[in-house]
Amino acid sequence: MQRNLFLGVEAIGQAAIDAGISGIYAYPGTPSTEITEYIQNNKVAVERDIHREWSANEKTALEEALGMSYAGKRSMACMKHVGLNVAADVFMNAAITGIHGGLVITVADDPSQHSSQNEQDSRFYGKFAMIPVFEPSNQQEAYDMTREAFEFSEKTKLPVMIRITTRLAHSRAGVVQKEILPENELKLPENLMQFMLLPAYGRKYYQNLLDKQGWLTELSEKSEFNTFTEGKDKGLGIVTCGIAHNYLMENYPEGKCPYPVVKISQYPVPEKWLKKLENECDELLVIEEGYPLVEELLKDYFEKGTKVCGRLSGVLPRRGELNPDHVAKALGKEKAETFKVPDNLANRPPSLCAGCGHQDTYFALNEVIEEIGDGRVFSDIGCYTLGALPPYNTINTCVDMGASITMAKGASDAGLKPVFAVIGDSTFTHSGITGLLDCVVENTNVNIIIVDNEAVAMTGGQDSSAKGKIEKICEGIGVQPEHIRLFIPLKKNHDEIVEIIKEEMEYDGVSVIIGRRECIQKIARTKKINKAKKQA
Amino acid sequence: MKTDIILAGVGGQGILSIAATLGAAALNENYYLKQAETHGMSQRGGAVVSHLRISDKPIYSDLIPMGEADIILSVEPLESLRYLPYLSQGGSLVTNTTEFKNIPNYPELDKTFEELRKKFKIVQIDADKIARDIGNPKASNMVMLGAASPFINIHDEIIVEGIQTIFKQKGENIVCLNTKAFEAGKKFTGQ
Repeated sequence: MQRNLFLGVEAIGQAAIDAGISGIYAYPGTPSTEITEYIQNNKVAVERDIHREWSANEKTALEEALGMSYAGKRSMACMKHVGLNVAADVFMNAAITGIHGGLVITVADDPSQHSSQNEQDSRFYGKFAMIPVFEPSNQQEAYDMTREAFEFSEKTKLPVMIRITTRLAHSRAGVVQKEILPENELKLPENLMQFMLLPAYGRKYYQNLLDKQGWLTELSEKSEFNTFTEGKDKGLGIVTCGIAHNYLMENYPEGKCPYPVVKISQYPVPEKWLKKLENECDELLVIEEGYPLVEELLKDYFEKGTKVCGRLSGVLPRRGELNPDHVAKALGKEKAETFKVPDNLANRPPSLCAGCGHQDTYFALNEVIEEIGDGRVFSDIGCYTLGALPPYNTINTCVDMGASITMAKGASDAGLKPVFAVIGDSTFTHSGITGLLDCVVENTNVNIIIVDNEAVAMTGGQDSSAKGKIEKICEGIGVQPEHIRLFIPLKKNHDEIVEIIKEEMEYDGVSVIIGRRECIQKIARTKKINKAKKQA
Repeated sequence: MKTDIILAGVGGQGILSIAATLGAAALNENYYLKQAETHGMSQRGGAVVSHLRISDKPIYSDLIPMGEADIILSVEPLESLRYLPYLSQGGSLVTNTTEFKNIPNYPELDKTFEELRKKFKIVQIDADKIARDIGNPKASNMVMLGAASPFINIHDEIIVEGIQTIFKQKGENIVCLNTKAFEAGKKFTGQ
């Protein structure tokens, strides 16, 4: 059978196309970005003209996907784990409205925080919203489960979450594809009030959701992705979730684990299989990537029942990504001594690229800060967050998208003046505009520096929704035009940039200072693409 | 048959072209393959690593267990040392000698390599120079792949087919240059 090498995220993108989606909606975020990029570059997706433009943020993305579902068509929204916090409002409520066309929400978690500010486990959101969650254990399952998720969504009339983690997202393996399905026809919901959550309707729909829970558990018990594998040694029963299954099986090269194993890839958890395991075995070990969700569920609060081990009990690390070695240790397997890393090894943290405009902005801002003292620069998420590291040491905070402006406002309200906010162009349109409006309404004394590199740079230079609109947005919201300043972040402009920042610092009100120069990585990439086009 | 390779380098050095070439070769041979790579923040000039596993049997873990890598293949000398706990007893380390110094505290490595040489096989190769000499400075990664090839359980012809698969879009000339780079690296290790 023909196999193609796919990253986990690419397998999901391909499966969504093959399931007949009419739209993908997303905001870039590692490790989820390449799902949308894959669809953007896919020939069939282009021919079918599947919607594949970036959205302003995860909330708008999921709402747009839900709108497409309302119109009867299949759609996918995807985001990184913290993106789901942004989309949480629509996420929770879409569970109550249910769907019309199949709606699949892919959320990519980042245990070990390779590129994220936390390692929250999205399965909790799935449980919170009481919707089915699929958690594939490998690339083929990522393809098969995604393709099936749309049908499952239409069958249960609920959104389905696909939860992956960094390792599956960014690991490649051979994947066998199935045939491509046609798109759904445009069609209104049978009940035109299905998406109306006025309390009187909302109560009824919430009851419907509650009534479905038993059925969802039954479907999990019947799912081919949840399995019970017999084992001779009943001293231990093992539960694996998603990709953690691979780390267990890696320890048994011939594929034969001596203990009974329940593999969970579909939630709500398959109660029947877990009860059977508990019945047969002396002790349970839960291996899951992320928070101890299943372990907590099975753990006996008063400790009178079967012992349950895992990340909570401490046999597996509480924090961070799992690997085969953690699981070997939990199974009591002795590992041979390994070579040591030499003592003189130096760390190599990520850094701003040589020639990046953010550097010039930070060096200028540092000169101003030197006079007024440290601790006054609020920032958030993007390449510019690297300004927290040497040699810049400029910014003091990074909490969530847009929090630069709003935290600066709060600090200013408290009396800390002057204060600065450093925010990227794309982060500004993602979640900065409303905060700026708050500042304008009260004419708060804040100095907002928008470091505009005309791209969503950290995730690979996707187009920014902000492009060509920033001054108009600021003016439209009500920032005084004379306090919207522009500079080009280049070494030769250093003195001018310092001067502009100082002038605006003197102003007792809202200043927006825009440093605009395109991301050098994006320029290089565009050149490469254009060259390739010319050759073709 | 099984080969587990740790590919190491600095974000932007293009270690993934090596992984892609071996991936294409493995697929042509109908081998199983898993290859975990680093995306996102670390790509900004930070340390990056890829776990590449090829086998004639199904592979479970995307990550190589500690002490089980047959080869550490690094396109930068400091980075070749970061993942030593993954190297198996009897494994080999193949590294480029061109240093990528984007940190202020880059250590002196000559003595370190001298010490490690007593413990396992090390191939140090100036892949950048060899690539320049054959007229394609961009092909240093294929020089590295060639240098590592004697330790990889895949026939050279199949890897060369992989090179053809990966570079054919860029034209016959580029395929030739990269094949030449591969051969030059292989020759270096052979000596």
